[in-house]
Amino acid sequence: MPAPRKVYMISGGVTKFAKAHPDMDFRLMVKRAFDYAMKDIPELRTSDIESSRISYFSDHFARQLKAASMVQDYLGLNPKDSRRIEWGGATGGQAIQAGWETVASGRNEVCLVAGFETMSHVETWKGNEFIALASDTNFDYPVGGFYTGYYALMVQRHIYEYLRKTKFARVKDEKKAQREATQEAKRIMAMVSVKNHVNAEHNPYSQYPEKLTMKEALGREMVAYPLNRPMICTMSDGAAVAILASEDVAFKYTDHPVLIKGVGCGTDTMRLADRPHGSVPLFPWEEAGYYSDLRYPGVHSFRAGRAAALEAYKNSGIRDPKKELDFVELHDAYASSEIQTYEDIGLCRYGEGYEFVDQGHPFLEDIDYGLDLPHRGTIPVNPSGGLIACGHPVGATGIMQGVFAFWQLQGSIRKHFGNDKLQIRGAKRGLIHSHAGTGSSVTVTIMERA
Amino acid sequence: MAQPRKFTKFRDVMKEVNTKGAALYKNPAGTEDLVILSPYAINYIHSYAEDSPFFLGLAKGKILGSECKSCHYRYATPRSHCMACGAETEWFALPKEGRVHSWTTCYYGGEEFLKETPFNLALVEFDGVDTLLLTRLKDAKEADIFIGMKVKAVFRHPPRYLISDVHFVPSEKPRKK
Repeated sequence: MPAPRKVYMISGGVTKFAKAHPDMDFRLMVKRAFDYAMKDIPELRTSDIESSRISYFSDHFARQLKAASMVQDYLGLNPKDSRRIEWGGATGGQAIQAGWETVASGRNEVCLVAGFETMSHVETWKGNEFIALASDTNFDYPVGGFYTGYYALMVQRHIYEYLRKTKFARVKDEKKAQREATQEAKRIMAMVSVKNHVNAEHNPYSQYPEKLTMKEALGREMVAYPLNRPMICTMSDGAAVAILASEDVAFKYTDHPVLIKGVGCGTDTMRLADRPHGSVPLFPWEEAGYYSDLRYPGVHSFRAGRAAALEAYKNSGIRDPKKELDFVELHDAYASSEIQTYEDIGLCRYGEGYEFVDQGHPFLEDIDYGLDLPHRGTIPVNPSGGLIACGHPVGATGIMQGVFAFWQLQGSIRKHFGNDKLQIRGAKRGLIHSHAGTGSSVTVTIMERA
Repeated sequence: MAQPRKFTKFRDVMKEVNTKGAALYKNPAGTEDLVILSPYAINYIHSYAEDSPFFLGLAKGKILGSECKSCHYRYATPRSHCMACGAETEWFALPKEGRVHSWTTCYYGGEEFLKETPFNLALVEFDGVDTLLLTRLKDAKEADIFIGMKVKAVFRHPPRYLISDVHFVPSEKPRKK
């Protein structure tokens, strides 16, 4: 296969994510994010944009088929090449990769990637029902129809495999051992929740910034045991755009483009119940012997995330992500799936995710979390606040991560956030991770300062 | 219809729209948005197609899994072709007793199931079967359930021809303390 052309992100824009934006329909939301991105690189004219990849997740929320066509004409991009991208929760991440493909292939020099979701069109529990339609509607939906329930099932097994069988192996009574392991996991998931909410305090685009304490995080209402409210992302209205360009033109528009260094995508069965119980696809630095007793992925880990990371690291020449990445923006729809994802993408080995948090590795160095964190700042995860605190307007989410990563790598957080509390100094390389369904598809994209 | 009433909180707008069909939202920017109720209901003519025997089986008190004719991988859910090797599968009856592989208690749910909360979800594992079955676990409270707990199938009569025609309950009554 010939090597793809180098593709750069040259600008980005995000609307503030909110529970509802009744004053803007989806076209205007995208337009606002688009205008912001265009203003940042005044040399680029709309006529220079050769194509668009427009993403939104749900026709049910939109209640407008071909809504992407309406964005295309609102932005004045007709009659150029365009298509809608949909890939569940990974819709945004997939849209960025679709934009990357059209530029990498040589078809276009400049491509606009734009995404949105308007989830406020229905009430929260109807919204949960709509999202659950992205599980098998014959076998999963009629049983419970609730994604938080599915993620609770997955983390319960994760806790069993990685805490019950290790740290709590000596507890004789089985039920007691499982309860103690779950309590410990809940404490650590609350730490993730505190991290993301506190980070978001400094991100003006976030929906739920909060100086959350451990006591508050642990005390709030249970949604599906052991996941409670602050551990779960919420529904949002919002839009985000990323403008991608070839190496030939990127530097014409900005002195600080960011290279899309590598892309990866992985998949798994739609039904959680159908996941195989085999062996772990290994990173080059892992030894098979370490996982000899593990039946993988089962329902405890995301094979799609592992596959996406394997491909993206291979394409980017990354051998040790913990050392070679300066930050990660990952799809923390749940505090549990943030921890599961550390293991999938190799920030630690399978089974080490809880300890990774407890030791402070994914926390920012200069933020006060009110926690004792001996090894903070090893690799900040979700410095923006992630989905848990920024919100999750599905079709925009993966692109939002790309925009935050772009600003981190440009060193322009102060310019766009109005403060530089979240700026990771000297950040050279970041990873964005977008995740769909119960892990049925995941994208990983590596971005690098040019 | 009379002129819609005006509200400054979107929550009040939603309430008004649900009862009166329309409302005006005076948004923080100072402009006014007209919000209306827009109902949507559909009856699908839904065929279970190749999975039909599974649902007919539930009505007869059987859970039918799929076994690959070639590699003999055994699925606890219907799948007319094997995902491991692509060959055709044949039906086999799953044991009516299994163990909890993982579980949760849901205190909220999608709108359709909100009235049933709290309810338990469980993934059930069966001896000699390679994959799991997602089901409701009834007659057990959050405090009773654990991974490895033995559970048995209970079937709905008359059937509604939904996966919920089968649910599971603990095989043994939890001991009272």
